[in-house]
Order: sequence, then structure tokens, then C-alpha cells
Amino acid sequence: MSLYLARRLLQAALVMLAMSLIVFVGVYAICDPVEILISPDADQMERERAIKALGLDLPLWMQYLSFLGNALRGDLGRSFVFNEPALQLILQRMPATLELALGATIMALVIGIPLGLYAGLKPKSFLSKTIMTGSILGFSLPTFWVGLMMIMVFAVQLGWLPSTGRGQTVEVLGLRWSFLTRDGLAHLAMPALNLALFKISLVIRLTRAGVRETMLMDFVKFARAKGLTNQRVIFVHVFKNIMIPVVTVVGLELGSTIAFSVVTESVFAWPGMGKLIIDSINVLDRPVIVAYLMIIVMMFITINLLVDLSYSALDPRVRLENK
Amino acid sequence: MKICNRAALLAAVSALAVGLPAAGQAQNITIAVGAQVTSLDPQYHALSPNYAVAEMLFGALASYDADGRIEPGLAESWKPVAPDTWEFKLRPGVKFHNGNAFTAEDVAFSIARPPTVPNSPSSYAIYTRAVKGVEIVDPLTIRLKTDGPYPLLPTDLAQVAMLDKETHEGAATEDFNSGKVAIGAGPFRYVSFRSGDRLELERNEDYWGPKPAWKHVSYRIITNNGARMAAILAGDVDMIDQVPTNDIARLRRESRVKLSEKDGLRIIFLGTDQSRDGESPYLSDNDGKPLPRNPLRDLRVRQALNIAIDRDAIVQRVMEGSALPSAQFLPPGTFGYVPDLKPAKPDVNVAKKLLADAGYPNGFRITLAGPNDRYLNDARIIQAVGQMWSRIGVTTNVEAAPWTNFVTRRTKQEFGAFLSGWGTSSAEASSPLRSLTATPSREKGWGGSNGGRYSNPEADAKLEAALTELDDAKREVLLQEATRITMEDVGIMPIHIQKNVWAMKPNLVHDARADELTRAQDVRPAAK
Repeated sequence: MSLYLARRLLQAALVMLAMSLIVFVGVYAICDPVEILISPDADQMERERAIKALGLDLPLWMQYLSFLGNALRGDLGRSFVFNEPALQLILQRMPATLELALGATIMALVIGIPLGLYAGLKPKSFLSKTIMTGSILGFSLPTFWVGLMMIMVFAVQLGWLPSTGRGQTVEVLGLRWSFLTRDGLAHLAMPALNLALFKISLVIRLTRAGVRETMLMDFVKFARAKGLTNQRVIFVHVFKNIMIPVVTVVGLELGSTIAFSVVTESVFAWPGMGKLIIDSINVLDRPVIVAYLMIIVMMFITINLLVDLSYSALDPRVRLENK
Repeated sequence: MKICNRAALLAAVSALAVGLPAAGQAQNITIAVGAQVTSLDPQYHALSPNYAVAEMLFGALASYDADGRIEPGLAESWKPVAPDTWEFKLRPGVKFHNGNAFTAEDVAFSIARPPTVPNSPSSYAIYTRAVKGVEIVDPLTIRLKTDGPYPLLPTDLAQVAMLDKETHEGAATEDFNSGKVAIGAGPFRYVSFRSGDRLELERNEDYWGPKPAWKHVSYRIITNNGARMAAILAGDVDMIDQVPTNDIARLRRESRVKLSEKDGLRIIFLGTDQSRDGESPYLSDNDGKPLPRNPLRDLRVRQALNIAIDRDAIVQRVMEGSALPSAQFLPPGTFGYVPDLKPAKPDVNVAKKLLADAGYPNGFRITLAGPNDRYLNDARIIQAVGQMWSRIGVTTNVEAAPWTNFVTRRTKQEFGAFLSGWGTSSAEASSPLRSLTATPSREKGWGGSNGGRYSNPEADAKLEAALTELDDAKREVLLQEATRITMEDVGIMPIHIQKNVWAMKPNLVHDARADELTRAQDVRPAAK
């Protein structure tokens, strides 16, 4: 087990190294950030000063090596734009994105699993067909369009929910969270639902497929023959079996939700990491881009690991062995 | 009867209940702006949203009025006392938010600080560089020495926020962002700042100038156009800036909002490649073979391209009327505006004749580059220009790219012609003349944004003279002459000047500004 973990960590380090190199070269190839950041009033002398101040006058390999040196000490550089440590900037925005992503995931599970279960148990009913058709819409409608429509209907026309932004926050453990206030929840509802739509559909389809497959298995017939109640068969025996694909997919999706909630965050002006990365890419704020992607890679690796570990908990046949 | 009474009472109470928060709300305003405030340190990153915030929290010696004319700020008056010395008289009785008095020591400190701010991506030092020596005469009088006559000093210093020496000595940019030292002499005090989200301010009750109408200001940053529009339509915010042009027509019919507009100071123009004499990969004959000489060096070709542009069509169709066709850098009424320099009427025949005279009767091919995410409708403007040029036989290959990409291409001269924009925050023609069309020179600091490397010694000479002329009337004439020479030589092809448009709730009044700044002190409730 410990060897298994060690190997995973080594892989993680290599992936992060490769990623930082790609981003460094990529940003370097696009443009000189000073051209974007500097006031147009600035003359040649001022441009040269700014290039030097940001350390962009050094050859790329020297910039990269000094970045690596600092990174090993836990310093991922300072944002060109904000003059604050990149890591700190991202961590400040993280609670906003986390509560959005977790909100969406919880919605996906709470709405998706019951609907999927129903559709799987009664595949012929009218309601099931409606659910399945609805899930196709959830898959195929583009997020930004649904987001804008939701704003038009619920905020502009009906005025039920605030259109954009994050609500009132309270400080817990040194971080600002908005889901603990009424105002914060009202602001969270629409973006979270928008982000959840795709996931809800996914969970519905996975659950339904799992239920239909499992219901025909021998052990279900055996359980019924043993005289177990319908509830017990479905909620204990079937449920446990269909959870494996659901956990895998939702786990991996959580990663991509956190990493790529960019569209929803822009449409709803949600001050999270996704908006930060888009703003940073627009002005080529390289330290923030690199730090963000490193955090994301790290997060994916962690989530994958947790998914693997939870497999073995859910399904005793899966063993994490060192082969 | 009893029921009636109770109903009346209920109505009265609910009216009171509704009335009270309404009265409270009138003290608060929420403004959503479309551009990112990157720092509260007013001397860290020279960028107009940061400057707007500095105007609310700090203030400078001079400032600009809504039309872009310079007016007294923390200095009551200024005058040159010698050809190389300016004297500023400070406003008496001004206090910083922490109660410290504003004195000449603070001015000296504030002017010395910009070059020392670490890691600045765009330093305010360009506005303080002209100051070569400081002499404090008394606590309210300061003399600034320059290298020879320098008429633009008050204009430059209008960009430099005044800090409190005692508070800000050794203060880092982070200390401003965290609010620890976000202390100025401006009309509003700092309450809180969440980078990329919002800035909360409250009224400075001890402000030296007219008191702002708002007890509390929520300054929200919503960069997405759709989200900003939704926020004003849903009533979540009281006012937004940078109204997208394609929504303006709709908003005019909307009863929930009203608009405020002002001719801006941002010119959208085309530049041409003047750096190459011979072949260019971005210019070719109609068969795609490179031309032996750069046709754009010929004045007649530039005139032909210029007269082929139908500015009215661009303004009406592409900009939906929210721009002003222009033939020079600045809008009417500004310092250095040339009254009789008007956009030429588009004429295909004249353009064709000019091309034929220059030796291109069948035209040629050109690459017109431009950004697609920087200026209002930028990509659509160059598409329109491309069609207009093609009409006179100049086959135009339009290449729109994201700003980050375009800027690199412009620096590397990868274009035949390009579209760009220029905001003259000082509303003074010397700024574009110096940066956009003067012959690039590192020593003089000229031509920093001269993408086409245009050069005209005659215009340079006029500019040189203007930059050392302390007499405002004479200086304006020199700037007008330099502008006329540049425009008649088609150094750049101005297309239009953008209008700045704000949208707000109908119960507000806003003094729209030429310089695009969105400041809470410019808004007040409409008189009942």
C-alpha cells in the first residue's frame, strides 16, 4: 500500500514538472506580457524597465530554472498583474469555486440518483421516458446559453434570484464562505444548477443503466427468492452495485468541475478560480497560469487516488496491489 | 368601521415599512464596471480602472473635469515661476482619512515613490520623470524643477495619486490591497476589497470638496458583458459602464434603465506599414507576387485608402451610432483640436484615380490586421474596411486575432495595415502626437506606440516646439499644426471616436465623462 502511494506521488511530480514546462514555453510563444500590461503612454525606456522588473529580460531557460528553484521552496512566483503571490491569489478564490462545484455535485447526486433509479425500475412508464428525454437536453445544451437563459428568466423577468455575483460571506477557518448565509445561497442557486445540469443527466443515465443491468443478475433473483423485501433488494443490494460507476464518474467530474467551471463563472460573474484563470490568460499573467495549472494537476491526481481507494472500499474484489 | 380602520393602519404601517428601507437605500449605490481593478496601490499599475479607484480614494494635485479639461485638485493653483520651475499652491485644510494633514512633504514623497514601487508592470514613473528637483517653500507651497521648460507637468501630475508620507513610507502594494494603508484624501474611504469581485467604500465625511451623495458604495467588477447587462436589467446593480453597442438600441426602449452618453477620448484608427521600403510579405500584386516597392510609402496610395473608407457607414451600421466619425486624434472642444479638419467624403472614383496616378491602376493585395477582443466591434470594423478597400481594387486580406496575439504581430511588423485604438486621458493632442505618430526615438521617448513606424520630420519639429512652449495659446497652435501636417500626410487614418455609454436606474443622474472613468462621485439621485 505505501509503495503504491509512493509510486503515485512520483508520477504526480513528473506530470507537474512536464506541465510547468509546457505552460512556460507556451506563454513565451504567445506574446510578451509587458506588451499587454504596460500603459500605452509608456515609452521605450519604461518598457525596458518593466521587462527587467518582471524578470522577462533573462533567457527562457534561466527564467524556468529560477522558477523551479523557487517552486521547490513552495514559492510559485508573484502575479505580474496583482504583485501578490500567485498561490495566495488562487487560494483566496478557491472557496468560491469549491462551494460552486460541491453545490453542483450534491445537486447532481440528490436529483440524479432518484430519477435514474425510477427510470431504471420502471423503464416503460411515461415519466421515465420524460426523464430520459430531459437528460438528453441536459447533455446537449451549451452551458453558457442555459446560464444566460436562466438569468433572463429567473433574475430579469421574474426577479426571484439575484442575477450575478457571490452573496454575503462569513469567515470560517480563515476562509470566506457564502453558503452559510441566506443571501449567499440565493446567489449560489443558479450557477450551481447551471453547472449541475450536465452532471444530473450523467448521473441519471449511469444510475438507470446500472439498475437495469443489475436487476437481471442472479444475486438479485436469489435475494428475492430468499424473501427479502423489495426495498432491501433495491436499496442495499442493487444500490451498492450501481454505485461504483457513479462514484468513479462523479469523482472525476468533480475534478473537471473545479478546473473548468470557467464558463459558468464568467456568465454569472462568480469570483472563483475559473474567472481568475481566464482573466490571467487574457493578460498573460504567467505565474498565475502556471500555479493554477499545477494546483489543478495536483487535484486531479488526488481525486483519482481517492476514487481508487474508495473502489476498494465499495467493492471487495478490487485490491490495490503492487504488481 | 373597525375593519376599515385596521386596514388603514395596516396600509400606513406597510407604507412606513416600505418607505424606511427605500430612504436607507437612497444612501447606497452599487455600480458594476467592466474592467478589472488590479490594485488599490495607486502608484503600482497605470491602468484606467485603477486610476478611477485612485480618484475615489486618493486624489491628485490636478484632475480632469467631465470634458477632459484640467482643473485644480489637491493643489489650488499652479504656475511657472521660471522657465524650468513650476510652483504648486496646495489646498489648505485637506486631511487624509486618518486625520493627517496634507502638506508639501506628502507631495514630495508621492512624486518620489513611483519609480521605487517594485515589480510594477506599468509604472507611474513616466508621469513623474520630468521632475528633476523638489523645493518645499512652505507647508502649502512646493516648487518642482524640470529639465528646461515642460508645459505638461500639471497634466502629468494629474495621474499621480497623493499619498501620506507618514503612512505610506515603506508601504508595499499588498498593504494597500489588504486595506491596511488604503488611506488617501479622496471623497471615499476604504471598507473592503476582494480582488476580481468588489470594492466597498464609504463616504469621507471630512472631504474637502463637494460631499458625494452616497454613504456606501459597492463597486463591483463584472467583466462579462452579458452578466453586466443582466445585473442592471434585474435591478441587482444601480449602474453599469461599458454598455455593449448592440444592446444600446434595446436599452433606449427599456423603461427600467436610462443611459448617459459622452463623446470619448478614444480614437480608433488604421496605421500602415512605413518601416519597409522594398518588398513586404504582407503586400503583393494581384497575382500574389511581392511588390518591389512598398506602395504605402506613396502618399497618393495612403490618400486613396483613406478616402475609400466610408466612416458614416461604419459608425451607423457597425457601431450602431455610438461613435463619431473623425479625421483627427481628438473630439471637438479638446486642446489641440483642429476645427476645419473634417473626415473626407468617401469617393471610390477619386480613390481609384489616386491609385492609378501612383502606378497601381489595378490595385494590389494587402493584409489588414487587428484585434478581435480589445475595442468595441474591432473585428467587424476591419471587415467593413476590407470591403471598402476591395471596392477600389485593393484586395484586402482581413486577419483579426486576440489582442495578446495581435500585439506581438504588430511589434514584429506583420501587417500591411492594422487597426488600433488610442485613449488620450489628458485630452491633449501632445499625447497621441508623441506616442502614435512621432518618429520612434528611445532618447526622446517618442513613438512608443507607433506601430507603423511612421515618420514626418516636419510634424516632429512642431511637436518638439510645442513640448517646450509654456504659453498655452501658442502651444495649442503648434499642436494643431502638427496634427494637420500628420493628417494631411495620412500618417494614420482615424476612423471614429468612441462614445462612452453608461446605463443606470431612472432615478439617478450621472455626469458622463469623456475619459471613460466610472466614479461614484459623478452619480447622484435625481431631484424629486
